[in-house]
Formats: sequence, structure tokens, C-alpha cells
Amino acid sequence: MKSILRFREFWLAAIVVVMVIATNLRAPGFAAPDKLAGIFNDTAMLMILALGQMAVILTRSIDLSMASNLALTGMIVALINAAFPGIPIPALMLFACLCGLALGAFNGVLIWLLNIPAIVVTLGTLTIYRGIIFLIAGGQWVNADKLSPAFVQYTRIEFLGLPALSWYAIVVAIAFFILMTRTSLGRAIYAVGVNPTASVYAGIDVGRTKFATFLISGLLSGFCGYLWVSRYVIGSVEVAKGYELTIIAACVIGGISISGGVGTVAGALLGALFLGVINSALPVINVSPFWQMAISGAAIILAVVLNARGEKRGSRLILREAEATS
Amino acid sequence: MTLPQRKPESMPASSTPKITLSGITKTFPGVRALNKVALELYPGQVTALIGENGAGKSTLVKTMTGIYQPDEGEIRINGELVTLSSPHAAFKLGITAIHQETVLFDELSVAENIYLGHAPKTRFKTLDWGLMREKSRKLLTEIGAGHIAPETRLKDLSIANKHLVAVARALSIDADVVIMDEPTAALSYKEIQDLFELMELLKKSGKAILFISHKFDEIYRIADRYTVFRDGEMVGNGLIADTTQDTIVRMMVGRSVDQVFPKQETTLGETVLTVSGYCHPTEFADINFKLRKGEILGFYGLVGAGRSELMQALIGITKPSKGAVRIGDDIAVIRSPAAAIENGIVYVPEERGKQGVVVDMPIVQNISLPSLRRTSKNGFLRLAEEFALAREYATRLDLRAASLSQNAGTLSGGNQQKVVIAKWLATKPRVIILDEPTKGIDIGSKAAVHAFMSELASQGLAVIMVSSELPEVMGMSDRIIVMREGRIVTTIEKNDGFNAETLVRAAAGIGETAA
Repeated sequence: MKSILRFREFWLAAIVVVMVIATNLRAPGFAAPDKLAGIFNDTAMLMILALGQMAVILTRSIDLSMASNLALTGMIVALINAAFPGIPIPALMLFACLCGLALGAFNGVLIWLLNIPAIVVTLGTLTIYRGIIFLIAGGQWVNADKLSPAFVQYTRIEFLGLPALSWYAIVVAIAFFILMTRTSLGRAIYAVGVNPTASVYAGIDVGRTKFATFLISGLLSGFCGYLWVSRYVIGSVEVAKGYELTIIAACVIGGISISGGVGTVAGALLGALFLGVINSALPVINVSPFWQMAISGAAIILAVVLNARGEKRGSRLILREAEATS
Repeated sequence: MTLPQRKPESMPASSTPKITLSGITKTFPGVRALNKVALELYPGQVTALIGENGAGKSTLVKTMTGIYQPDEGEIRINGELVTLSSPHAAFKLGITAIHQETVLFDELSVAENIYLGHAPKTRFKTLDWGLMREKSRKLLTEIGAGHIAPETRLKDLSIANKHLVAVARALSIDADVVIMDEPTAALSYKEIQDLFELMELLKKSGKAILFISHKFDEIYRIADRYTVFRDGEMVGNGLIADTTQDTIVRMMVGRSVDQVFPKQETTLGETVLTVSGYCHPTEFADINFKLRKGEILGFYGLVGAGRSELMQALIGITKPSKGAVRIGDDIAVIRSPAAAIENGIVYVPEERGKQGVVVDMPIVQNISLPSLRRTSKNGFLRLAEEFALAREYATRLDLRAASLSQNAGTLSGGNQQKVVIAKWLATKPRVIILDEPTKGIDIGSKAAVHAFMSELASQGLAVIMVSSELPEVMGMSDRIIVMREGRIVTTIEKNDGFNAETLVRAAAGIGETAA
């Protein structure tokens, strides 16, 4: 079984590589190391967000409010920076994380204690959080001339040839890998997703586990709120509008099952990279943006079909073994 | 109160059966659910289908309603050979079933439920709502359910009223064969009496009724004929008037208790669990019992007697309304399964797939799941310890697997059951509750589970075994508590001798309310 799971991520990685090579044939230079590093950097935030979404989806929930959380937190830290440029940026980053965490906790509490379906709660907070941006910013934009140079630099400083933004994604990915495979919370997240009833009997608090995943997705959304404003040097109501669907798309392409319990860190990262490569490759080979949307959509459906087939093969295997032993 | 009758006023207790099943065999991988069984239903009569759990009653109902196809045998309606290739085919031939949980649509109106699939249409092939409501109202009035408005959403009705809607539906399609699968299980006394009145009406209108129930007083109240199943075979049938309850009970349990149950004699130790005055608002009341070290305490009863519900309250899944639980001498407050595990009480649930094994997880992770607090430190897993724990219990239980890293879903049923038991033993419990521990597993694995249960008791664990299988409960228990309708009706010590008929009588309530 494990080899089949590896297989899925292997195939996704292979497809990403093939896409890079094919694009390189049409547009030589596309696969140059600095270009690839650029694509990775462009995808960094999507990877971080997809990991947060993965934790939520694994427990059979969904977080539609991530992009709004990101935009709201981004606006808050942008306004703070504009008003008090003296506050050190690491403190501001920490604050962004806490702010996102609080917004995630609001989702989580409603889902855990009031037992409202996640899709309903986060559909509500998706609008609420974005509405608050308008209230606190009065419809204003926060742009380059209002932000401090340090605020903008903290995603750009290079270290070992990679911009800081890329390193943040790498650190989050490693932390996430440890979380999912080496902690009891990670174990609980998978158990709740695969079999909630059995988890209850095993003494796992299903509601609290879901709450924890919303804290995680909130925290990462908040962190990306800072990253987004710093990278694109803009804070506005429109920031990352509709991006929640891109995040979910990355997860689905990465093989994270919407019905919960199945998915890996590598899958989420590859799903994000897949979208990142498509977005960079298609303009290079002169494909219209409308085709980009169609191709992303086709990739999602294809991923779901392939995953469904993979699961079917699993069940046949069970039958054969059951027959052999009975 | 009159019913749409085709043969008015004739009491058609004829001697020609409406539907005849003969030589019906149905096999599932590894199990022969039905072995050449026969059943006849007569118009204007109620035939009771009686048998223990697993006797094949549900399989037969599913065969009659076109859900299962028999491997062998034939079904005749009015003497004509028919094939029930689908539920729709059965429905067209006038066979309808009213189940324990009525198979109706909560979100639709009463009228829609009655006429779904055969609704009256207008000239333009659209639904004729007016006519549908009118006909529904008429039908409901005829069966004495005029108080139910056809426009009501089904979910706003009580269970008894839902049954009335199901009956109206049966009448609306002019079904000649009505199957009632434990229709009284969830009803109050008054509602049951109303249902019987309704059944009398159905009888008068010439319907052939199959009535499945575990309750003898009901069977004797309403049925004209009986058919007894045991282990997938038809062991007897005839007229109720010509038989006694004792005869039927003997047919039901007739199987000799010849399976080997390796219960070792153990000296019982001190009391580990005391449950006193335990009540639940709806599921059980006045539960008092003690459990001693080394003891296997059997809980016998019919399905729905409240045994599983009691066990789930003990481990904190549901909240009791009153009562106390003591572990040793200390009062234990158990509000969650995690607290139960910490107090040393574990529950191995009945439905292995849904409640026990996490199929998409490796065996190791399945076994360590309830012990995560012990195999982790500050939230971080200690994989080596986890693996050692899993290895230890897999070896003790003789778990057959190529590798402990393989997914639990790839194991056979018996080995999956061992994974479930291993995971609970790994928590080092003092009290282990096994709910139907051998349901649906093969004989070899059954023996292994029994042997192991006995070994656990001899090692000083206190075992509660909820079982509906008489040979198992009689072979394994040191003491048997029989529950009926949420209460303990009797407690029998092994020294006083277990008697299958006594148990069945106590569980079914024979001799208390019987006519």
C-alpha cells in the first residue's frame, strides 16, 4: 500500500518535470536554475497555504476563509507598518501569525462548539473577514510609498541563492512534515479523517482535532498575509480575492482526498508546484490566460479521477486477501 | 373505517398461499445465509417469522423485496413463477416492506411519500398535486390516520405516525404482500396496540402479511401462522393455534451447545467495577451490577435491549442521567472515551469497520491509537516505542500479517478483529467490554477470540461480553445478566446452571405479558 501512495506523488512529480522539459523545448531557457528558483519563489505562498488547507481537509472539513484571512491580516500589518514604521519586522510577522491564528480560532470555535459545518462557517467568515478590511482601511490602499523598506525587504533578502520567501516555505514544509508524521496531533488528524467513529472510541476528541486544524490554517493564512503584502507591496480589499479556490485546487491536484484522511505533505507541495509551473509556462509559450484556467480545471478533474481509481484498486486488493485467508 | 377491498366482506383465509418461496439458497463469501428455506404466506393471514439473530430473517426479506437474488430456489405468486430482479420488480408484483426504521423520505411531504414512484399525473404528464393530496387524505382516513395532514413534512411526524404513512403507502400501491420487519421495535405500548388494530384491518382486506418480531406476546397476539428459522434453515412452521411458546423456543435454540468454549476456571478476585443506580433518559434505567477481577460477565438480550447503549455510557460516549460508577473503591467520573481509557475501561465495539479499525492506517498506528499518550512525549511520537508496543501485542494475539506497516484494511476479518483487540489491550485496561466480539468472523478466528478472552480473565482482567449468541454467552460467561427494554430482568450465576430456554424467555419477556 505504501508503495502505491508513493507512486501517486511520484507520478505528480514526474508530470511537473515533464511539463518543465516540454516548455523548455518550446522556449529554451525556461528550465534554467534561476528561472526554476523564480517559479519556486512564486509558488512559495501557495505551498504554505495548501499545507494549511491540507490539515483541514484531512479531517473532512474545508476552510474557505483562508484568502480573506490572508487579506485582512495583510491589511492590518500594512496599516501598523505605515503608522509605526519603527516596529521591527520579525515582531510584525509574529503579530501576523497571531492575528491569523485568532481568525482561524473564530472559525474553529464555531465548528467545534456549535457544531456548524465547516463549509458554512468559513463561507460566512470569507465575506466577514473581507468586509472588515474595508471597514478598517476605509476603502484605501496601502502601497509602496507608505510601507517601510524593511517591511518589503523581509521576503527578498537572499540566503544561499534563494530569496527569504522561498526559505519560509521550506521551513514551513519541514515543520509540517514533522507535524503530520511525528506528532500525536498529526496522527489524530489522519485518524479523524479516515474513521471519525473509531477515533472517538480511541479517545480522540474529533471536535478538538478539527479546531486545531483551523488554528493551523489560520496561523499560516496570517503569516502569508504579511508575505503577500511584502512581496506584492500592496494591501487592499482585493488582495488574494478568489485565491481560496486556488489553494483548494492545489490540494486536490496533490491527491488530498476531499472525503478526508488521505494526503501527504509532498502531495500538497507538488499540487501547488503543478499550478505554479502551469502559470509560468503557459505565458512563455503564448497560451492565453483563458486556456490557463481551462488547463488548471482539467488537471483538477483528472487528479480526482486518478485518485478515485487508486482507491478502487486498494479495495480490490483487500478482497483478494480476504478470500485468500478465509 | 373501511379499506379498499377487492373482495368485499369475504374473509379470505384461504388455503392457497399468495406467495410461495421454496428451496431458497443464498450464499455470501464464506457464509451460507439461507439453505433451501421455504416460506408460504396466505392471504388474510399474518405469518410470524421467528429466529435468533443471524438465522437468516433479514436475508430472506431482502430476497423477497428484490434486493438480493437467490442462488437457488423459486418464488411463486398465486402459483406463477416470478423473478424479483430488482426492488422495483418486487414492488410491481405487489410486495412491499415496512422496516424497523421506515424507509421513507424525511424531507418530503406525507402525500409525496405515499405516492412516490406512482403519483397521479395530469394531462400534461406533470404531478397532479391536488389529486395526490386528496387520495392521500382518503387513504389516511381509511386507516384511522385522518389526523395526519398530507402536506406535513414526514420529519415532523412521530415514529408511530411514520409507520401509518408507510402502511398508507403499502395500500396505495395495492400491495398484496406486506412484510413488517420488527415494526414495533421503536414504538410505545399504545402505539403497538394501534399498529395491531391496523394489521387486523390489513388482514381483513386480504393482505398476506409477514411479521418479524422477537417478542412472543406480540406474535401470539397477532399471528396466525409461524415459520422458525435457525442458522439459515427452516426448522418448523405451522399454525400458531396448534403450538406452544415452549415448542417455538425449543425450535429456535435447538442447536446443541457443542462448540468448544475454552473458558478456564478462575478464582474471582476483588470487585473492580461497581455500577449503581445507572439511568439514561431514554435508553436504560436502574442498572446495578458488580464486576470482579477474572470474571467474564455476559450481557444477553435482544437487539435494542439497551446493552450497547449502557456500555457506551460507561465509556463516556453518551451521558447517563443518574447513577454512579466505581472503579475499585473510587468513584470514577467518565465524561469522554479518553477518560474511560485513563480509568482502565475500554470498549471493543460491535461494528468492526465503522467503530474499530482504521482501514487506511498501518497496523502499528491502529494498535497505538488509544495509547498515543503513552507512546508520545510533549506531543511528539516516539516511533520506536510505538512499534515495540504494537509488536508485543501483535505477537501475543498471533496476528498474521506480512508486516506491521501494512494497512489494517488489507487483513482478513479475523485478523482485523485481532488488531482491534490488540489496540485495546495495549492500553493496559482493568475492564474490557467486548460488544458482540465474534459477530461476522469465521469459526477459526472465533475460537481464537474465545480462547484469548478466557486467557485475559485468567490473567486478572475483568471482562464484560455483550453477545446475542446463546452458545457463546452460555459457554463463556461466569454470570449472565439478561436485559430487556433497557432494564436488567435477571441475573444467572453459572453455578445455578445456564439454560437456553430460560434466557430466551427472559430476553423476550415470555411469561410476564404473554397471553
